[in-house]
Amino acid sequence: MSRKFFTATAVATIVAFSLPAQAQTEIQWWHSMTGGLNDWVVGLANGFNASQKDYKIVPTYKGQYAESMTATIAAFRAGNAPHIVQVFEVGTATMMASKGAIVPVGKVLADAGYKFDPKAYIPAVVGYYTAPSGQMLSFPLNSSTTVLNYNKDLFKKAGLDPNKPPQTWPELTLAAAKLKASGVACPFTTSWVGWTQLESFSTWHNTLFATQNNGFGGTNTRLVTNSPLHVRHIENLANMAKQGLFIYRGRDNRGDAPFYSGECAMATASSSTYASIKKNAKFDFGIATLPYYPDVPGAPQNTVIGGASLWVMSGKPAADYKGVAAFFNYLTSPEIQAKSHQATGYLPITLAALALTEKSGFYKANPGTDTAVNQMIRKTTDKSRGVRLGNMLQIRTIVDEELEQVWAGKQDAKTALDAIVKRGNEQLERFQKANKS
Amino acid sequence: MTIAKRVRFKSWWLPWVLVAPQMAIVLVFFFWPAGQALFQSVLQEDAFGTSSEFVGLQNFRRLWQDASYLASFKTTAIFSVLVATLGLALALVLAVMADRVVRGANTYKTLLIWPYAVAPAVAGVLWLFMFAPSVGIVSFWLRAAGIDWDALLNSRHAMTLIVMAAVWKQVSYNFLFFLAGLQSIPKSLVEAAAIDGAGPWRRFWTVQFPLLTPTTFFLLVINIIYAFFDTFAIVDAATEGGPGKDTAILVYKVYYDGFKALDLGGSAAQSVVLMVIVIVLTVIQFRYVEKRVNY
Repeated sequence: MSRKFFTATAVATIVAFSLPAQAQTEIQWWHSMTGGLNDWVVGLANGFNASQKDYKIVPTYKGQYAESMTATIAAFRAGNAPHIVQVFEVGTATMMASKGAIVPVGKVLADAGYKFDPKAYIPAVVGYYTAPSGQMLSFPLNSSTTVLNYNKDLFKKAGLDPNKPPQTWPELTLAAAKLKASGVACPFTTSWVGWTQLESFSTWHNTLFATQNNGFGGTNTRLVTNSPLHVRHIENLANMAKQGLFIYRGRDNRGDAPFYSGECAMATASSSTYASIKKNAKFDFGIATLPYYPDVPGAPQNTVIGGASLWVMSGKPAADYKGVAAFFNYLTSPEIQAKSHQATGYLPITLAALALTEKSGFYKANPGTDTAVNQMIRKTTDKSRGVRLGNMLQIRTIVDEELEQVWAGKQDAKTALDAIVKRGNEQLERFQKANKS
Repeated sequence: MTIAKRVRFKSWWLPWVLVAPQMAIVLVFFFWPAGQALFQSVLQEDAFGTSSEFVGLQNFRRLWQDASYLASFKTTAIFSVLVATLGLALALVLAVMADRVVRGANTYKTLLIWPYAVAPAVAGVLWLFMFAPSVGIVSFWLRAAGIDWDALLNSRHAMTLIVMAAVWKQVSYNFLFFLAGLQSIPKSLVEAAAIDGAGPWRRFWTVQFPLLTPTTFFLLVINIIYAFFDTFAIVDAATEGGPGKDTAILVYKVYYDGFKALDLGGSAAQSVVLMVIVIVLTVIQFRYVEKRVNY
């Protein structure tokens, strides 16, 4: 084979392969949604792809949140990051600090000529993903918050009113005792201990989780989760654990499954469990607000945000960003938003979507689905806007580790919370040092 | 052994070419990553690597100041000793029994080798399910037997769980080598001992086991390395290092800090520490334990 012929073939092959790409720009989207939520994400991409011809969104499942973030970082370092990546709220501060790696969503939208009106969005949701300058940094695709799920059938069996879920922690303890007396092995459990029992607990009581307004004010933030209120709550839970009223079922979302199976009667969990409970539960269930301590002034305030948002990675051709902007614009439309909210249990992100869902009568037909919305969509205070800390993943693990020793009866609440503050602050100091600029 | 057969190559370059493929693999897959780990261990980077700062030995200093890191040495020692001894003992028993089986020997062997094909993470999940406090079948039996099994909050239970999973995963490998070792022992030796009146127990300890020492030694080294490096997926799937940090062995922390917490500098420093430990352990094994091996 002559060299000339070889070169000609090679060129022809390259041209042949690059032709379709010129006709339609492919936008890579890495996400972490499985099961019904994966169908939802693919549906969003297909809907957008069908609505226009210039761009094609290609959604790819890249493992769980922590895995897809690691994959994105590895890809970025190798120079082939995706255009869009879904990052959980825990990774938000890390992404925000990586200025060279990301493009603010506000800028992507503005550059492509879309009008970006921050007022159209629900403040508690979009505020979390906004820089101090007011620039929207990422697109809040799926936001959830903490709720109390309860099993109405087991409530009835225990002689409790299934339509009057416990509002406060003292009420919850009483209900748990009655449930236990009626033979329920697991009266109360929780998922995401750090998120539900410390972070959301803090904002719900309008109390700081960390200084500098929970990290919104800067990276020189430090944990303050060993306040008397926090100690009181963890002590209360430890006592419940000792009496067999609170059963620990593991880290992350492991507390969800025993609620679905009907083993646990009450569970604090993410509002996004709605779809799965509806699908799995063979019992009548209710969704209530997170319990609080009635004697704490300012409680209940609002619960904290969770879930994930979409980040745009840097270093792509300018034309590609137009496609990204078009996709985000498509996602913002009230119809798409309202549909997503109703199907998944995630919060609506625009006020228009909320109004549309209300008008459709969805909340009346599905009681409890508005709980998360009502808990979140209030006027937030500086103390309750959210918790946005660097090295948050490590801090959550530290909370798990120290509190497990409390549930096991090996250390008391105060010791554990002091250790959380001390070890957590080491993480915060290191983050501050690594992100000085 | 002493009179090695020497092969003389006529050309000086041919031997180099012949070892080149192997050397290339060792360089690319062993020396290069090890060098990278050394390099990373003196840097502090943000997650995306957009800023990188030379910090000298700070990553190491941070480790020595972390009480939980020092505690995980003890955890790792307990875990590794348990995995290596239990794994070897169990495999030896199985191999001796399989060696004596006459009928259906292949079926037994296949079943015993099977777990080796299972990925560590899958092994972790498998055992986790069997022993999960609420849904696990084994924990149900244990509760029926009056044992309040809770690997989520009881650290002894958690350690038992990961040791079982790690041993189960490695027993096939050990079994294969022991069985091959047993089968390579000349039948005449065992028969001679039998004629002299030695029972099966005596025959094993005085004839078969001494002849198995090279295999046992090799497996000891391999099993220690396995327990130190290859078990993070089991820990991650079964306990995530909990309760507290009671099952967080060294390699799990390397994995957690590097791949979940994205602290590459700290993770690299830990890999370097781990590398040094395993090198030292292997040297000790070759220096002292090998003296008791009969080739």
